[in-house]
Amino acid sequence: MPEPTTQDEAQDGAQEERTGRGRGAGAGFDLGQGPGRLLVWLYGVFTVAAASRSIVQMIVDFDRAPLAYVLSAAAALVYAFITYSLVRGGEQARSAALVCCAVELAGVVVVGTWTLVEPSAFPDATVWSDYGMDYLFIPVILPVTAMAWLRRAER
Amino acid sequence: MIGALTLAAGLAALALAAWCGFAFSRDQPTKDWHFIGMAVVTVLALLQLVIGVVRLAGGDKPGQGTAIFVAYLLGAAAAVPAAGFMSLAERTRWGSATAAAGAVILAVLEVRLYDIWGG
Repeated sequence: MPEPTTQDEAQDGAQEERTGRGRGAGAGFDLGQGPGRLLVWLYGVFTVAAASRSIVQMIVDFDRAPLAYVLSAAAALVYAFITYSLVRGGEQARSAALVCCAVELAGVVVVGTWTLVEPSAFPDATVWSDYGMDYLFIPVILPVTAMAWLRRAER
Repeated sequence: MIGALTLAAGLAALALAAWCGFAFSRDQPTKDWHFIGMAVVTVLALLQLVIGVVRLAGGDKPGQGTAIFVAYLLGAAAAVPAAGFMSLAERTRWGSATAAAGAVILAVLEVRLYDIWGG
């Protein structure tokens, strides 16, 4: 980066440094850069975690807790779509990802509450059980962070 | 053997996470030394994969099932290299954050591997 000459440019530079989206034209839509890179990584990991968990459990013993396994599979689909949207970038992907993050957050809250209120419905855990406690509560933190990032990227 | 290696890989992963987290807090991208550190941790995870498969082939049974054990072994071997590649293309502090997150995930996987093997 060239030396900033004015106060304003210095601030712009700092802004670019923080968000990492000051690169090239249309960089505002580069959802997978800067903090977005970390989000892509975490969403990718959760896609793999949720998908492999539900696949293994469905193959091994589907009848033990069908509801839990189907919910894990649904979570995997949501994660996969958000990962894909973040990598693709652009306005359409951004708004689609925003909707999915809201769905994800709603899913975590609903399933989390459901598992606490009626544990008998869940003989086995899902990714979103107890608000994602098995996963260090990342399932709750992730959609909130992602929505903040996606709203920021709009400007 | 599995226990000692799991402990070593877990501690190495935490050290790597702290190191990359430090780079993030200093506003620095991952540098050559970080990648060497990631390579060392990856070698430990690969060693664990090989030894785990050899033990399975030798007739040992993990407490919570072979399929889950192998899945976690593969995940552990892939976590840090995947995060490393992503930080390679992200030359800001967020590349360091991604690498640190990958190392934390490996540490969590090691704890789970320990449970799966023993439990």
